[in-house]
Amino acid sequence: MTTSTGTEARSPVRTAAHKRAAVKSRVGLGLRMRRNWQLYAMLALPLIWLAIFAYWPMYGVIIAFKDYNVVSGIWGSPWVGMKYFDRFVESYQFWRLIKNTVYLHIYELVATFPLPIILALCLNTIRKKWFSRSAQLITYAPHFISTVVVVGLLVVLTSPNTGVTNKLIGLFGFGPTDVMGDSGMFRHLYVWSGAWQTMGFAAIIYLAALTSVPPELHEAAIVDGASRLRRIWHIDLPAIVPVAVILLILNIGSILSVGFEKVLLMQNSLNLDVAEVIDTYVYKIGLASAVPQFSYATAIGLFRSVIGLVLLVLANTFARRFAKSSLW
Amino acid sequence: MSAAGTLPPDERRLAVGAAIQDTRADKIAMACIYTALGLFCLAVLYPIIYVLSASVSNTKRVAAGEVWLWPVGFTLDAYKAIFDYDSIVSSFGNSVYYAVAGAVVATILTLLAAYPLSRKGLPGKGLIMGAFVFTMMFSGGLIPTYLVVHELGLLNTRWAMILPTALAVWNVIITRTYFMVTIPEELVEAGKVDGCSDFGFFWRVVLPLSKPIIAVNLLFYAVGQWNSFFNALIYLTNEHLFPLQVVLRQILIQSKVDPSQMPDTSKLLQLKELQQQLKYSLIVIGMIPPLLVYPFVQKHFVKGAMIGSLKG
Repeated sequence: MTTSTGTEARSPVRTAAHKRAAVKSRVGLGLRMRRNWQLYAMLALPLIWLAIFAYWPMYGVIIAFKDYNVVSGIWGSPWVGMKYFDRFVESYQFWRLIKNTVYLHIYELVATFPLPIILALCLNTIRKKWFSRSAQLITYAPHFISTVVVVGLLVVLTSPNTGVTNKLIGLFGFGPTDVMGDSGMFRHLYVWSGAWQTMGFAAIIYLAALTSVPPELHEAAIVDGASRLRRIWHIDLPAIVPVAVILLILNIGSILSVGFEKVLLMQNSLNLDVAEVIDTYVYKIGLASAVPQFSYATAIGLFRSVIGLVLLVLANTFARRFAKSSLW
Repeated sequence: MSAAGTLPPDERRLAVGAAIQDTRADKIAMACIYTALGLFCLAVLYPIIYVLSASVSNTKRVAAGEVWLWPVGFTLDAYKAIFDYDSIVSSFGNSVYYAVAGAVVATILTLLAAYPLSRKGLPGKGLIMGAFVFTMMFSGGLIPTYLVVHELGLLNTRWAMILPTALAVWNVIITRTYFMVTIPEELVEAGKVDGCSDFGFFWRVVLPLSKPIIAVNLLFYAVGQWNSFFNALIYLTNEHLFPLQVVLRQILIQSKVDPSQMPDTSKLLQLKELQQQLKYSLIVIGMIPPLLVYPFVQKHFVKGAMIGSLKG
C-alpha cells in the first residue's frame, strides 16, 4: 500500500520532469539547427556530391541481383537473385582470381610493411639535420610519380634490348630476358617497384608518431647506459606499434583489392596467368569487353567489397581485443 | 633499459661514462643507420637519374649500353621529337587543365565539408561524418559508378575527369582536424559576439588562417589529377580530351607510335630508333611537373599529413 502510493506520488513528478526535459531539448535542437543554418548551407554542396557519386552507385549495386539492361534501367530490369554470384563462384576463373589477388596482396604486405618502419626509425635516429632532411626529400619523391610513369620506368629499365638490368646480368654472362613478359617475375616487379614508390611517404605517419616520444625517456635510458639500438628497440618501436596495428587492420580489410591501375598497366598476354586479379577481371568483363556484362561484373565487385568489409570488421575486433588499439 | 639496470655497479658506471661519448657499438650502429639511409636514397634516385641521362644521350649509344649513370653524347633530340608529336602536346594541355580545374573544385568542396564538421555542437554532425567515412570502407564499385556517370551524360566530357573523383574523404578528415586544432572555440564565440555570421567568419577568419591546409589540398588534388589515367580510360573515348597519362601509356607501355601524329614524313625513317628515345624523354616529361611543385610545398604537405594522422 505504502509502496504503491510512493510510486504514484513519485512517478508523475518524474514523467513531468522527463517531458519538460524532452520538450526543452527538442526546442533546443530545432533552435540550434536554425541558428546553424549557414553551416548546413555550406555542407549542402559536398553532401550533394556525396549523394550522387558515392551513394547513388551504392544503390546501383542492386543490379548485381538483376539482369540489367540499359533500356529498362536499374529499377525496371528483372530480378534474378543470386544467379551471378553462383555463376562467379562456380566459374573456373574463381579460384585463380582469388589466389592471384591474395598472393599478390600478401607478398606486398610482407615485403613492404616493415620498410617504412625501418626508414622512419633511421630518420628519427640520425642527428645531422641536413642529412635527414635531404633523405626525406629524396625518399618521398617517388610518391608523386604517376603509376603510368612507374610502369613505363619498369618497361624501359628491363627492356630486353636496351634495359639496364639486362646489361647488368649480361656482365655475369646471362642472356637478355624479357622480364616484363615473364610471369614468374610479375609479382617481384609489382611488389618491389611498389616498395620503391611508397616507402618514403608511408614513413611520414610513423615519423609523426615518433615525435610524440618524450625526450626524457631517451635521456633516462642514456643515463642507464642503454645503447642506441636498445633505445630504438625499447623506446621508439613501442611508440609506433599502435599506428602500425591500425595500418595493418586497414590493409587486411583490402586483402581482395590490389593496386588495380598498376596491375592493369603491367598486364600483357604473357603474364596474364598470374597477373589477372579480381579488379582487372571486373573491368574487362564489365567495361572493356565488346559485350559488357554489367550485372555479372557488379556482382563480382560486390562480392569483393563485402568480403573486404567483413575482414575489416574482424581484424578490428581482433586488434581491439589483443593489441589494445583499433580503428573504432 | 632493463638490461642496464641489472648491470653490476662497476659496469654501470662504465656505461654511463660511455654514453656521453658514443661507445664502439653505438658508433657501429650509427654507421649502419647512415649506410642504410644512403642505400635507400640511392635506390630511389638511381632509376630517375638513369632515365634523365638516357633522355639527353645519343640514341645509338643508349642502345649500345654505354649509359650507366651520366649522359653520353649530349643531345636534346628526344625532347624535340616530343614537340613534333601532336597528341603529346595537346594532351599535356589537357592534363594541366584537369589538374588546375580539378584541384580548385575539389579544394572548395573539401573546405566546405570540413569546416562545418569541425564545429562543436552542430546537430547531426556525427551522422554526416559517418556518411562520409562509410564511403571509405564500402563503395558501389566500378560498374555502378560508371553507370551513374553515364546516366548524368558526363561521358566524353571534361566534367567526367573532374567530378567523379572530386572529393577525397581522407582530405576532408585531415582538413577538419586542422580546423579543430587551429580555430579555437573562443575565436568562434568572439566572432559571434561581434555579430559575425558563419559565412562571414569562414570567409574573413577561417580561410586566411588556413593557407597551409589550402595549399596541401590544392597540391594533393592537382597531383592526383595529373597522375590519374583510369578515369580517362573508362570515361573518355574522344582523343582530343585525353590527358597526358593516357598518351604516355600508349607510347611507353603499349609501344604504339602513330605515324600520322608526326607531320614530317622524313622523320618516319628514324621512327624506330626515336621511339626508344622518346620513351626516356616522355618519362621525364610525365615525372617532372609534380616533382617540381612538391619541394616547395613539402613542408606543408608533411605537416598536414601529420596533423591528420594525429587525430584522424
